[in-house]
Amino acid sequence: MLNAANILFWAVLAALLFFARRQRIFWPLLALTLLLLFNQLFTPGFFNLELREGHLYGTRIDILKHGGTVMLVALGMTLVIATGGVDLSVGAVMAVAGAVLAQAAAVHQQSAGVAMLLALVVSLGLGAWNGLLVAGIGIQPIVATLILMVAGRGIAQLITEGQIINFTNPALVYIANGYFLGLPFACTLVLVLLAATYALTRATALGLFIESVGDNDVASRYAGVNARFVKFTAYVFAGFCAGLAGLVAASDIKSADANHAGLYAELDAILAVVIGGTALTGGRFYLLGSIVGAFLIQTLTTTMYARNVSADIAPVPKALVVIAVCLLQSEKARRCFTRFLPRKSPAAPTANAKAGS
Amino acid sequence: MKKFIVLGATLLLALSGCGKKEGGGETAAPGGAKSATVGFSQIGAESAWRTANTQSIKDEAQKRGIKLIFSDAQQKQENQIKALRSFIAQNVDVIAFSPVVETGWEPVLQEIKQAGIPVILTDRAVDVSDPSLYATFIGSDFVEEGRRAGKWLAEKTGGKAQIAELVGTPGSAPAVDRKKGFEEAIAKYPDMKIIKSQSGDFTRAKGKEVMESFLKAPDAKQITVLFAHNDDMALGAIQAMEEAGLKPGVDITIVSIDGVKGAFEAMAAGKLNCTVECNPMIGPQLFDAVEGIIGKKDVPKRIVVQEGVFDQSKAAAELPNRKY
Repeated sequence: MLNAANILFWAVLAALLFFARRQRIFWPLLALTLLLLFNQLFTPGFFNLELREGHLYGTRIDILKHGGTVMLVALGMTLVIATGGVDLSVGAVMAVAGAVLAQAAAVHQQSAGVAMLLALVVSLGLGAWNGLLVAGIGIQPIVATLILMVAGRGIAQLITEGQIINFTNPALVYIANGYFLGLPFACTLVLVLLAATYALTRATALGLFIESVGDNDVASRYAGVNARFVKFTAYVFAGFCAGLAGLVAASDIKSADANHAGLYAELDAILAVVIGGTALTGGRFYLLGSIVGAFLIQTLTTTMYARNVSADIAPVPKALVVIAVCLLQSEKARRCFTRFLPRKSPAAPTANAKAGS
Repeated sequence: MKKFIVLGATLLLALSGCGKKEGGGETAAPGGAKSATVGFSQIGAESAWRTANTQSIKDEAQKRGIKLIFSDAQQKQENQIKALRSFIAQNVDVIAFSPVVETGWEPVLQEIKQAGIPVILTDRAVDVSDPSLYATFIGSDFVEEGRRAGKWLAEKTGGKAQIAELVGTPGSAPAVDRKKGFEEAIAKYPDMKIIKSQSGDFTRAKGKEVMESFLKAPDAKQITVLFAHNDDMALGAIQAMEEAGLKPGVDITIVSIDGVKGAFEAMAAGKLNCTVECNPMIGPQLFDAVEGIIGKKDVPKRIVVQEGVFDQSKAAAELPNRKY
């Protein structure tokens, strides 16, 4: 089972864990590693990797491919949650983006570029609508974005006229089905967006502004931060990310399925953000953590498929893992665990916590 | 404002008066189906299937000159109950509806019974202790659909198959019944086995994702047949097979249920082998029943929708007739 590629994989993962040992991201990464280790040992075929038609082919590649949509949505969600809000409409925005894309490309015979541009502009507009309600009028984020969550799917239905619209444009199909440097193109999209978001929030003061607004809205306003604008931008960005995810989801099945595209994506994205270490109360945020969280969710889903766990009971093991990760993250829970364990050496509390998980 | 209220009240009075008069006319001349009024409460417009279902009912009503009062419940039982009560108030000749959920219908059905209006259920059944509360139930038999898929497969493969199954949404009636019927049909053949079974939630995206995972399992090469509980999941799975370098319809025989247009296109392209129809075009049968009830003829308590089994040989000819 252990070939050179797998040894390299585990070495990289171990190195990542080592470097992240004092970071917030350590716990979700540890959970992901344990889950993968479980699969390496007990799920036959999970770690098979081969070259097929010029690209990598295997279960781990599937995880990359299907995790892409949640990762994209989670990036936008991270910033929104950091401002102390939440965006429930991302799933519906995904459906609208897919619907616009398919309608433009298949029915109105527009080129791939125009179709994508249209879809993204519409998503930006929907994000701006959320931002306007939350930052402009001051409606509670859950209520404000709930409007679009409910209405958005209806809008998508209207656009597609209740039908599933197929498209065959090769450029559009490439978004989710293409491979770039042997890896799914969706990965490249996630990496580019992650790098851009990271640069925008960490190389400039924007990230600090977002955190300050999420921490204390009033205080940051008195300190001269334009809190309204920061919030508005976060929702627009979340809309954009959701739109991008909608393109990937539609491209994946080469059609726009307004009823099902992005269904419950908001819950997956929120979960990914929380697993990643960002608190729902706002403030500090961890972009990389959200990505790892999305990875964990998708790995869990794929594990259920690979182990042939019936869909009736699949939510139970998933919930158990999520609870375990959330407990791992809480300092209080970790201390609780260590208290019940035989004390090995006071210098290694992390080792104890690991055993306690 | 006051004027409007008065106007509205007068209108309402006038309307209900009209209804009464019409009802009176009906008793005087029974069997006058031409002037009959039917109230229909639809679940909503959640899928292409449902849209086709609505269209079929509207078209048929127009064709027969029956007055149809159509109401969309938008997936909510309370909307539907309101609609049914308004049908009573309007004194329609027959009430038909597709119940959103199975339970909680007894009180409103009692009201309808007291008003002396016959009820036809379409597409979904209700859970009531007194079967006289409705005249007939017109709908597909999901178990039979599963059975037909199994039967077709047994003939096609000569009773030898290693089957991967894409199940619908766990717990939903079509998923449970189609699985039951299919398993019943293949039980007679010891060499037909379901080796993989996983839910694809009735969606293309999940169907594709699950199929990808099936194809990566160590025993993937043994799969000779895919049985999908609906066409959309099969269409997703076809994409997964193509991406894995397999020939869907050739390397793996695929049978699914519903008979949507996309499935016929796939069959015409040789990628899908068979689809068992789940027919939404119930308009003709519905209004046959309506006319039967008004004409005081015996109408069976359970009417199964006419449905076909289509394989590749029939697909190309049938494709232009597909409306949904």
